[in-house]
Amino acid sequence: MTLAQLKKGEKAVVEDLNTDFVPLKLIEMGCLPGNTIELLQLAPFKDPLFLNVNGAQVAIRRETAEHIQVKIVAA
Amino acid sequence: MNRRIKVALIGNPNTGKSSVFNLLTGLQQKTGNYPGITVEKKEGYCRLTKGVSATIFDLPGTYSLNASSLDENLVIELLMNRKHADFPELAVIVADIENIKRNLLLFTQIKDLGIPSILVVNMSDRMIRKGISLDVEKMEEELNTKIVLTSTLKKEGIQTLKNEIANYSQLEHSPCLDFRSIDPDYFASLQKTFPKQSIYKLWLVITQDVNFANIDRNTIQSTDGDHTRSVSFLKRLQQRETIKRYQFINEVLKKCLQINREQATDFQSRLDRVLTHRFWGYVIFFVVLFTIFQAIYDWSSYPMDAIDSAFVSMSEWAKTNLPSWFVPKLIAEGVIPGLGGVAIFIPQIAILFVFISILEETGYMSRVVFLMDRVLRRFGLSGKSVVPLISGTACAIPAIMATRNIENWKERLITILVTPFTTCSARLPVYLILIALVIPDTRFLGANMQGLVLMGLYLLGFGMALAAAYVLQLVLKLPHKTAFVVEMPNYRIPILRNIGITVYNKTKSFVLEAGKIILAISVLLWVLASNGPSSSFGQAEAIFGADQELTQAELEQKISAYKLEKSYLGQVGKFIEPAIAPLGYDWKIGIAIVSSFAAREVFVGTLATIYNVGTDEEDTIKNRMADEVHPDGKPVFTLASGMSLMIFYAFAMQCMSTLAIVRKETNSWKWPTIQLAVMTLVAYLAAFATFQVL
Ligand SMILES: Nc1nc2c(ncn2[C@@H]2O[C@H](COP(=O)(O)OP(=O)(O)O)[C@@H](O)[C@H]2O)c(=O)[nH]1
Ligand SMILES: [Mg+2]
Repeated sequence: MTLAQLKKGEKAVVEDLNTDFVPLKLIEMGCLPGNTIELLQLAPFKDPLFLNVNGAQVAIRRETAEHIQVKIVAA
Repeated sequence: MNRRIKVALIGNPNTGKSSVFNLLTGLQQKTGNYPGITVEKKEGYCRLTKGVSATIFDLPGTYSLNASSLDENLVIELLMNRKHADFPELAVIVADIENIKRNLLLFTQIKDLGIPSILVVNMSDRMIRKGISLDVEKMEEELNTKIVLTSTLKKEGIQTLKNEIANYSQLEHSPCLDFRSIDPDYFASLQKTFPKQSIYKLWLVITQDVNFANIDRNTIQSTDGDHTRSVSFLKRLQQRETIKRYQFINEVLKKCLQINREQATDFQSRLDRVLTHRFWGYVIFFVVLFTIFQAIYDWSSYPMDAIDSAFVSMSEWAKTNLPSWFVPKLIAEGVIPGLGGVAIFIPQIAILFVFISILEETGYMSRVVFLMDRVLRRFGLSGKSVVPLISGTACAIPAIMATRNIENWKERLITILVTPFTTCSARLPVYLILIALVIPDTRFLGANMQGLVLMGLYLLGFGMALAAAYVLQLVLKLPHKTAFVVEMPNYRIPILRNIGITVYNKTKSFVLEAGKIILAISVLLWVLASNGPSSSFGQAEAIFGADQELTQAELEQKISAYKLEKSYLGQVGKFIEPAIAPLGYDWKIGIAIVSSFAAREVFVGTLATIYNVGTDEEDTIKNRMADEVHPDGKPVFTLASGMSLMIFYAFAMQCMSTLAIVRKETNSWKWPTIQLAVMTLVAYLAAFATFQVL
C-alpha cells in the first residue's frame, strides 16, 4: 500500500519510494526505507498530509504520498 | 594586528541562526540583496577577541546542499566558489538539539566540501525538559570538529563561540563520507577523469543547477558524458548518498546522544490537534487574521495622526520662515509633504511586520500553509502563497520576495503576478480620504458604514487576486511538478529581541526604498506645477490684474488657479481628461492619477499640492475636495465618482517598485509588462462600469 492510503493516527514503515517523484528534500528529512512514518493530521479533502517522518514533522501533498510504498505497523 | 575573519552561519531553517547572528552582531547589521537576485543578504560585524574581529553572514535556511529553492542555491554557490567576495573562511553550522539528527546531514555535507566548520548545538535550554543528554567531547571526537552548546534564549555559549571562531585555524577538516561506498565504479571513474578535483564538488556540480568557478556541468558532460547519465540514475545515487550519511550520523549519535522519551505525548502535539484541525483550525486562523487587521487600524491611527500633523506643521513653518526662492520653496511645498507621505505608513507597516514575524517565529505560519494548501491549489496557488498574500496587505515588495520558497515555478509565478491586487497600505490613504468624502458616516445593521466599505475593499482585493490566479492557472501552460514539502517546526515562544530587529530592518528598508521614489516624484510634480509654457503661464497677472472688482485675496486665488491650469502639469491633466471623463474624473484628478502612476500613495499628496496651490487658507484637504465643482456647478466628488476612483485604485498597478521587483524575480520584462497592461485595463473597465452603474 502507499502512504496516501494511511489513516489518521496510523504508523507505517517505508518500504520503497520512487525517487523520480519524491522530492529529495523529503528523503533528506528521513523518509527512507526502514524508517517509520506516522500520519498525524489530514487537511480537508485528505490533502495535504501532516506526517511525523522519523522524528521530523512535515506536510506533503497527496500526489507525493502516492509514490511512497509503506507497510503498516502496530501502533 | 587587526584581523577580520569571514564567517558564514549556515543551518536548517528555524534552528536559531538569526538568533545567534543577532547575539553576535547586535545592531551592527547591514541588510541588502545579493547582486542580481533578491535573496536577502544579512551581514554583521562582531568583535571576537583583542585584535580579532569577524564579518558574519546570516545565510538563508538550508536543509541540504542539494538545492530545491533559490535561497538554497545561493548558499551552494557561495560555498563552492572560492573567488566569491563573501566566500567564508569558516562555516558555523547551527543545529537544533531537538532535531540534531536531521541537522547533522547538512553538517556532514559542508564538512565534505573541505571548509573549516564549527558545529553550534543551539536550544540547549530545552534539553532538560526533553530528557536529552549529549556527550559533547565524545561527539567532537567522532565528528572531528569543535562543538559549542548554546542557548540564545538564555544567552549562553556565545562567548565560547566567539573564542572558537577566533581560533578557527586549528580546526581539522576531514570529510565524513567515503563516496566510493555509494557506487564504487561510478565514483572511481569520476575521480579518475578529474584527478585534481574534490569528488564531492564534482558530484554537486553534476547534480545541481549551480555555477561553479573552475569546472561546470558542460565540461564534465563533454569530457565524459557517462557521468551525467539519466536523471533517474543520479537521483537514485543521491538517495543512496543520503542513506550513507544517515548511517554515519546514527553511528555517531548512538555513542553520544541519549533521549529519555517519557514525555512523548506532549503539549506540542495537543496544540497541533487543535490548530490544524479541519474545522477549528480554520476558525482560529480567521480569528487571528481578523485580530491582526483590527490591531493594525486601532493601534496605528494615533501615531499616524501624530506624524501627519507633525509634517503639516513642519511644512507650514518652512513656508513662513524660509526665504521664498526656488530651493527653500521646493523644500517647503514639495519635499516635506512628499516625505510625510512615506512616513505616514511607518506605523502600519511596522505593526504588520510585528505580527508576521510573530506568526513565523512561533511556527504557526507553517500550520497555516498546511491548512490553506488545498484551497489555494484550486486557484493555481500554493499553501505557501499565504505568506505573500498576507504580507501584501503591508506592501507588495516584501510580499513578492517572500514567494522565493515556493518550489513550483508555476505556483510561484502566479503568486507573484496576483499579489499586487491585495490591498497594500499605499492604497489606504486614497481609500480613507475618498470614503470620508463620499460614504455617509451612518450605521448599517449596527456597523459603521464607512468601516464596512473599507473592509469590502480589502475583500475585493483578495477576491480579485484569487480570480486572477484562477484565470492564470487556466491560461499558463507550464510544466508542473510538485515538490511541496513543508516542515512543521516546533512551537516556540518568540524571542522579543529577534522580532524587534526584524521589524526594524524591514521597516527601514521599506522607508528608504519607497522614500527615494516618492521624494523624486514629489519634487518633479512641484516643478511641473509651478512652471508652464511662458506664453500663457506668464499672462495670469495681466489677465486678472485689470479686473478692479476683485479683492486682493480673490485676485491671488484666481491667479494661482489659472496658473495651475496653464502649468505643464495642468496641460497633462487636460490632455488626458477625455480618456477619464467617462470614469467621472476631471483634469485635476487626472493629474493625481498620472502622478501616482509610479507610486499610488502620491495621490493624496498630489491633490494636497494641487488644492494647496489654489488657496491660501489653512483648511483640511477633505473640505477642499468637498468644495470642488465641475464647471457646471455639480460637485466633483460624488458617490459614483468616488467609488469609481476607489475601484480604479483597487485594481490598477501603480507602483514602479513592484514592477521592478517582479522584473527581478521573474528575470524578464515580459511579466511586469503584462501585469501592468492587464491590471490597468481591468482597473479602467471596472471603474467605468462602477461610474456608469451608480
Ligand atoms: N528555546 C529556545 N528557542 C530559541 C533559541 N534560539 C532560537 N529560538 C527560537 O527558535 C525560532 C527560530 O529562530 P531563528 O533565529 O529565527 O532561526 P533561523 O530560522 O535559523 O534564523 C524562534 O522562534 C526563536 O525564538 C534557543 O536557544 N532556545
Ligand atoms: Mg533566519
